[in-house]
Amino acid sequence: MGAFGSSDCGGGGLDMVTSATTASRTGLYDWFIQRTSAVILLAYVLVCVGWMLANSGFGYTQWSGLFAQTWMKVFSLLALVALAGHAWVGLWVVFTDYLTERMLGAAGKTIRLLAEGASVIIMLAYFVWGIKILWGL
Amino acid sequence: MLQVSIYRYNPEIDAEPYMQDVQVETGGKDLMVLDVMELIKAEDETVVYRRSCREGVCGSDGVNMNGTNGLACVTPLSKAVRKNKLVLRPLPGLPVIRDLVVDMSLFYAQYEKVQPYLQNQSPAPAIERLQSPEEREKLDGLYECILCACCSTACPSFWWNPDKFIGPAGLLQAYRFLADTRDTATDERLARLADPFSVFRCHGIQACVNVCPKGLNPTRAIGHIRNMLLSRAT
Repeated sequence: MGAFGSSDCGGGGLDMVTSATTASRTGLYDWFIQRTSAVILLAYVLVCVGWMLANSGFGYTQWSGLFAQTWMKVFSLLALVALAGHAWVGLWVVFTDYLTERMLGAAGKTIRLLAEGASVIIMLAYFVWGIKILWGL
Repeated sequence: MLQVSIYRYNPEIDAEPYMQDVQVETGGKDLMVLDVMELIKAEDETVVYRRSCREGVCGSDGVNMNGTNGLACVTPLSKAVRKNKLVLRPLPGLPVIRDLVVDMSLFYAQYEKVQPYLQNQSPAPAIERLQSPEEREKLDGLYECILCACCSTACPSFWWNPDKFIGPAGLLQAYRFLADTRDTATDERLARLADPFSVFRCHGIQACVNVCPKGLNPTRAIGHIRNMLLSRAT
């Protein structure tokens, strides 16, 4: 027998998995967050790139003028929320793939929790910072 | 002479696995990979692998041939061999018991988790529960699975979380019973699949579709399950 003892999987099968560190605690809402945020981010990239193409040779004045408008501030904030949600779900998936007890031994759980905690704090920090830049609070 | 490199590991003797090089005389014939394994075993009976029907029905001889999972008995050398070289390894991601034989306990535990049997609490009719031809058609492409584990062991999500992600084989069967009009446990089945791992670890890379020896499409079935979960929650 290899890495997994049969005690893990005998009898009544495996229990359903729950996790406290996902964005929403269900796979469906995590998936929903990831897909909707992806659409928002795509729209944001298209609008920004489209504006750049339509205003070739633009300078600081035009660029800051774009971001001074309320719709662009709201759109940017929406994109920032989408980015935070998208990154949370995505990184949680990456961490639970690679930073596990199977990969790293007993320390795996601690390392994973630290990585998840750090990623959430960094994303919240960027989010707050983004609000400050956009709205000048 | 065909150059074969075969994965060897006997935990009672070997400290760690190694690759053994063997030359096999195929007589210029386009043999099946299983035939080559039989020829190797005729020379060295300590080589161990699973096999039974030798015609792609039982699903025992799933192995990794030149990096691709498949059934050795229905994979011709012309399809598997590259540059006169054939590398035989056990199915990846599962613990090796010996040589090409893997421990399928986790694979079966995930299969068990989807409760792969018809559930219907209403009294059984005198003869049988009837389906229209259209209703029966929904099960095509689902019921044919022989549980060879080629798909699940080709899936990175199953490699990383074989205890949490049900895997393509199990999910194909989960959908087989979700799609069955005679089954009335749809809601309970879906409720058990809504967590972040069971279904949603599938990222749709279709490695499972690529290797299925029966030509089935687990990714499509998983998409159907996801849609059912979505419409159940909205």
